[in-house]
Amino acid sequence: MNRIKSAFQKKQKGLLNIYFTAGYPRLHDTVPLLQALATAGADLIEIGMPFSDPLADGPVIQASSTAALHNGMNMRVLFSQLQGIRESVPDTPILLMGYLNPVMQFGVENFCREAAAAGVDGVILPDLPLDDYVQEYQDVFRRHNLRPVFLITPQTAPERIRRIDELTDSFLYLVSGPGTTGGANTQAAGVQDAYFQRIEDMKLRNPRLIGFGIGDKASFQHACRYAEGAIIGSAFIRALDGVEDVPAAAQRFVQSVVA
Amino acid sequence: MNPTYQHPTERGYYGQFGGAFIPEMLYPNVEELRDNYLTIFADPEFQREYQQLLRDYVGRPTPLFEAKRLSEKYNTRIFLKREDLCHTGAHKINNTVGQILLAKRLGKTRIIAETGAGQHGVATATVCALMGMECIVYMGEIDMERQKPNVYRMRLLGAEVRAAMSGSRTLKDATNEAIRDWISNPVDTHYIIGSVVGPHPYPDLVARLQAVISEEMRKQLLEKTGSELPNYVVACVGGGSNAAGAFYHFLEEPSVQLVAVEAAGHGIHSGHSAATSVLGKPGIIHGSRTLLMQDEDGQITEPYSLSAGLDYPGIGPLHAFLAESGRARFISIEDEPALKAVSECSRLEGIIPALETAHALAAIGQLGAGPEEVVVINLSGRGDKDLETYIKYADTIM
Repeated sequence: MNRIKSAFQKKQKGLLNIYFTAGYPRLHDTVPLLQALATAGADLIEIGMPFSDPLADGPVIQASSTAALHNGMNMRVLFSQLQGIRESVPDTPILLMGYLNPVMQFGVENFCREAAAAGVDGVILPDLPLDDYVQEYQDVFRRHNLRPVFLITPQTAPERIRRIDELTDSFLYLVSGPGTTGGANTQAAGVQDAYFQRIEDMKLRNPRLIGFGIGDKASFQHACRYAEGAIIGSAFIRALDGVEDVPAAAQRFVQSVVA
Repeated sequence: MNPTYQHPTERGYYGQFGGAFIPEMLYPNVEELRDNYLTIFADPEFQREYQQLLRDYVGRPTPLFEAKRLSEKYNTRIFLKREDLCHTGAHKINNTVGQILLAKRLGKTRIIAETGAGQHGVATATVCALMGMECIVYMGEIDMERQKPNVYRMRLLGAEVRAAMSGSRTLKDATNEAIRDWISNPVDTHYIIGSVVGPHPYPDLVARLQAVISEEMRKQLLEKTGSELPNYVVACVGGGSNAAGAFYHFLEEPSVQLVAVEAAGHGIHSGHSAATSVLGKPGIIHGSRTLLMQDEDGQITEPYSLSAGLDYPGIGPLHAFLAESGRARFISIEDEPALKAVSECSRLEGIIPALETAHALAAIGQLGAGPEEVVVINLSGRGDKDLETYIKYADTIM
């Protein structure tokens, strides 16, 4: 069974998904970080594929991507680092998140083949349009058993949410409010809760993880009231700033959220 | 006749180029525009207001001036379409006047824009002042430095100018910041994109608003030459809005040679260039699939041109299609010949062109136009904003 599905079956509430940028803070931190996060109890792990011009990301993730590119990270390096990762991280679902252009240049078929061979379970490409996914990429994704994850925002129309729910078989990524990753949430709590509640009331087939603006135990627990779990990215990247022992910092961060 | 040059497909494709590659956060905004722009443009009340503003505010029609001394020098018949005489000094205002009316009809109260040379920023700040709308303009930190007069003009007009500090700190990064602002303000904000770039429907929307340039050219050419059709239409291309406007009503006229002039900076293969049609490969930038300067890993490379308005690593999808299909001829001009063209046009015709436009002027000698042939150059903007650069490079120019 796909690891994403098993993760949601095993634990139905309070799943923590941690995002980090491949090759950050140092080129060879990718694998130690993966291992440390899995050991510390992250339920899913998202690895960011750095891109020079990320549209949906805020300053923290953009800066980590710039640093990672400067460190020499690219798709070939990432796939070579991930080789054999399933020996040390057997069960935790791994997702790749990034933008379409580097994937297109690598070749979508090549990308899917390499990702599947490395044991990747899902892919998040925020600028991949639904129609293009269906027409051009769906077959390739399916052939390699990769699950797409799509974003939903407070402005996404109900019929589009239903279509997104039909098109995937992993989880729905609920963007908490208007803004890029790591932004302060400017929406009134009531408005945001009403949106989360509205999605919950739709009784969708896929579980939901809430992301953007989730950064600590309090915001994580709040998000978990309305969804199966939540995603933390920018706050985790910030926690790695200037740190020598990166795996230890990852352990501490996960503990601070879930303990 | 190939109708696909003028009109993209329903999903915004010109051949393989175009589309709308945007994060979900922007989907409702872009969908709202896509569903409404053609209906709004077709509304007689919109047209009445738009045409009136073009005439009474922008100063249209702009003259088509026969440049006799340039013609004599190059032994061909050269006309200059005087977009530099538009209010605010460049063609950019044709688009911003149309888009502010569009934004009002969509109920938006806040306007954002990106700018390279500052001309689009000034044009946006101007129409926002006219309509009493809040205006925020993103501009690369480097561009703010090299186009200071335009930064002050925008501020004088009441706009807030925000510096884009990431990447190359030029037009590409200003566009990233504007898109992020739009993501953060999805309901009340309209993003006035200044060129024929971005997700569908922007390339088509901006091309239609700039098409007034070639519409007037045809009428004026008929008056002055007895034919609506010239032999050549020449325009500079960064994103490509002035070129799209100058080409638009000639796209389906195969006898008219369309010439797009890109900035080659220090030389096409010098590593300091913005010649996208030569150096670019198909890729995705700012929401559309087009020709894009990038490395083998798909990371967008930083373009270079002395001219802030041409310093962009992509071109609009229509232009990518014109390049790929061969419908337009692309010429690359380096910084130095562009600077020399500034003094040539200034001294021979008494018109100081913008540095962007000077690239188009510098291509005249490469056209191979004969003595009886008619060449129209879109004089997209005036050079006042570039005076500081012209002073700095006085040794090259004089």
